[in-house]
Amino acid sequence: MKKVLIIGATSAIAEATARLFAKRGDQLFLLARDQKKLSVIADDLKVRGAQNIHTGVYDATGQQSSEDIFDKAIKQLDGIDILLVAHGVLPDQKACEISVGDTLKAFEVNATSVVAILTYFANVFEAQKKGSIAVISSVAGDRGRQSNYVYGAAKGAVSIFLQGLRHRLAKSGVQVLTIKPGFVDTPMTAAFDKGALWAQPEQIAKLIIKALDRKKSVVYTPWFWGVIMLIIRSVPDWIFHKTRL
Amino acid sequence: MLIGGWGQYPLVEAKVSSPLSGDDLQRTIKTREDKAYIARGLGRSYGDSSLSSTIISTRYLNRFHSFNEKTGVLTCDAGVSLDEVLDTFVHRGWFPSVTPGTRFVTIGGAIASDVHGKNHHTVGAFCDHVLSFRILIANGDILNCSPSENRDLFLATCGGMGLTGLITDATIKLLKVESSFIEETTCKARNLKECLELFDTHNSAPYSVAWIDCLKQGKDLGRSLLMLGRHSGQGGYDDLKKTALSIPFNLPEVCLNKLTVGAFNALYYGRIRKQTQERHVHYGPYFYPLDGIGNWTRLYGAKGFVQYQFVIPKDAGLEGMTRVLDKIAKSGAGSFLSVLKVFGKGNDNFLSFPFEGYTLALDFKVSVQTFELLDQLDAIVQDYGGRVYLTKDARMSDHVFKAGYPQWEVFQSVREKYGAIGTFASLQSRRLGLDAGR
Ligand SMILES: Cc1cc2nc3c(=O)[nH]c(=O)nc-3n(C[C@H](O)[C@H](O)[C@H](O)COP(=O)(O)OP(=O)(O)OC[C@H]3O[C@@H](n4cnc5c(N)ncnc54)[C@H](O)[C@@H]3O)c2cc1C
Ligand SMILES: NC(=O)c1ccc[n+]([C@@H]2O[C@H](COP(=O)([O-])OP(=O)(O)OC[C@H]3O[C@@H](n4cnc5c(N)ncnc54)[C@H](OP(=O)(O)O)[C@@H]3O)[C@@H](O)[C@H]2O)c1
Repeated sequence: MKKVLIIGATSAIAEATARLFAKRGDQLFLLARDQKKLSVIADDLKVRGAQNIHTGVYDATGQQSSEDIFDKAIKQLDGIDILLVAHGVLPDQKACEISVGDTLKAFEVNATSVVAILTYFANVFEAQKKGSIAVISSVAGDRGRQSNYVYGAAKGAVSIFLQGLRHRLAKSGVQVLTIKPGFVDTPMTAAFDKGALWAQPEQIAKLIIKALDRKKSVVYTPWFWGVIMLIIRSVPDWIFHKTRL
Repeated sequence: MLIGGWGQYPLVEAKVSSPLSGDDLQRTIKTREDKAYIARGLGRSYGDSSLSSTIISTRYLNRFHSFNEKTGVLTCDAGVSLDEVLDTFVHRGWFPSVTPGTRFVTIGGAIASDVHGKNHHTVGAFCDHVLSFRILIANGDILNCSPSENRDLFLATCGGMGLTGLITDATIKLLKVESSFIEETTCKARNLKECLELFDTHNSAPYSVAWIDCLKQGKDLGRSLLMLGRHSGQGGYDDLKKTALSIPFNLPEVCLNKLTVGAFNALYYGRIRKQTQERHVHYGPYFYPLDGIGNWTRLYGAKGFVQYQFVIPKDAGLEGMTRVLDKIAKSGAGSFLSVLKVFGKGNDNFLSFPFEGYTLALDFKVSVQTFELLDQLDAIVQDYGGRVYLTKDARMSDHVFKAGYPQWEVFQSVREKYGAIGTFASLQSRRLGLDAGR
């Protein structure tokens, strides 16, 4: 039985993952900004077999002292084995281009709040010399593209931050997992037409659990996004700039 | 997006919205601009029951609320699938009281079609194990329904094909089981008469179903395998192994012709050597043989297919079934799977399909000949006072529907009372004359 803290626990991908934790009887603490949604999810996870389940409110743009919230969560769980960070927003790229406020807000939710979380938990995990930190980044962080670079830059920052943290925590035996999903059919992408490349959140959840169990560092979910991004990263600018990606 | 039912016929261009919660759903209905909606679960109904230009998917209404380990009473959202119920509860000793031949149906869909399983003759239909549900009606209110509370709406909604409102959550009773396994007995029947006799002899078996070779004629007409089952006490609780075998693309139409189906059927029948054969099998392959093959519908090619399921009264049995099977055999239209079952007594729900008698389900490729054949079968079914299953239907005429479901007018009056007419409507309800327009 693991002690798991999930931040952004109302996300579709996080919820699907929490169900797998619950089924194997783990102990869960869920943080998200909407208490009503959290209670519904907590009831569901209880029925699915979660041993012990607590919830708390956390807003990535909030003014509250998140350290207090995290302290309390660890105390309630009586330790921590796995941290999963899942919150995020897909901002309107065009709106961001004409608004500094929108751009910085997207950065706050997708990047700086995550950096704050990781700074706190890195010390906790480093001290205990065990456990797993898993963060949902995105393939969008692998290369800046005109259609989506505000989101992409924030995710890219998270990926690089995690890479450094992994380096630092390697000697403490702490796993640092960067999860890079491709297109996933969730409320975040409700407005998009879905094609063959799209995955369901349940599928991503299984891959997250597998990557945690196998102590992986970076996973593309599903795997073929690793190939797609390798190609996208390797295309020279003079060709890339002719695309509308 | 272009969307269809399980048979991929017909296809419609539709706007699909997926509310995130009951509140969200209520907002959708209260602030609606579009005139009519239809609910959609996992889209396992074959024809146009879950189709309309505006569809509300229950994919995010998929949470359990509570479960009583002592009584097996489960409350959950309407979008929860039987697959999740099985995954969560079988290893704790509980099984759905009634399950159709696929585990990828939602609780809402199972109620709306009042689905039946191989145990209809012993335990009735799905809704006979529904203690209550809540439903969002046209004015945006959410009402509690049970056999005693808002009884008229309960009877209209169970089997009502989503035409009364949107079920948000339900309380159902699960069945206690001692393991994940089934003791299966397969008996060979050389013809229809033998098959119906075998059903009679084994009417106390909890589960029974027969697979019929529709290509056989004359003295072999109705050659079949009868498969009986009961929950086993042995073997413990094993999770279902989910296979990933799937058919990656639509096969060219020639793949399913008289020859291949005939060969398949011969192999299937020949597999059972002795007169009766016993097996200790996991519930997966026993109840859900087709779920092991993803996208099997692609076997039928790109035009899609229709399923035809009807029931005729018990006393019409041998004669009626003989006429139907004869017609199909002579037409040479290849039905890949033809399933025969005995129904027990029906319930009070206005549009529920099952009543005491024999039911047969067949698949056909979409073609002009198929539709002609099905019209002829409708006439035979009507002759014997039978009816055609709405959740499989994509083409029946409103006359055939109204003759088969004599309580349709009561159903309409309840819809009228709750403001459902014109608000909850599908392509099917329009075709059957229950809603205006096309
Ligand atoms: C391989 C296979 C085997 C099958 N075997 C059987 C069988 O043995 N016995 C049997 O009875 N059926 C069987 N079926 C049919 C299937 O059980 C029904 O069509 C079932 O209703 C499908 O559920 P769904 O969640 O996919 O609903 P959908 O197909 O999405 O919808 C079916 C109907 O339910 C309504 N509906 C869905 N959700 C709601 C809701 N929340 N509120 C109100 N209305 C709602 C829709 O409007 C529609 O009218 C089988 C289907 C397949 C594909
Ligand atoms: N879907 C994809 O295609 C895709 C692809 C790659 C990466 N990702 C990443 O996967 C993660 C999960 O997303 P998802 O697809 O599961 O989408 P989702 O269901 O829309 O989840 C987004 C989550 O972020 C939360 N959130 C948004 N703003 C917040 C704030 N200010 N404070 C706290 N929480 C906030 C939301 O909370 P509420 O529930 O309260 O709104 C929600 O729980 C995200 O990091 C996303 O960037 C998604």
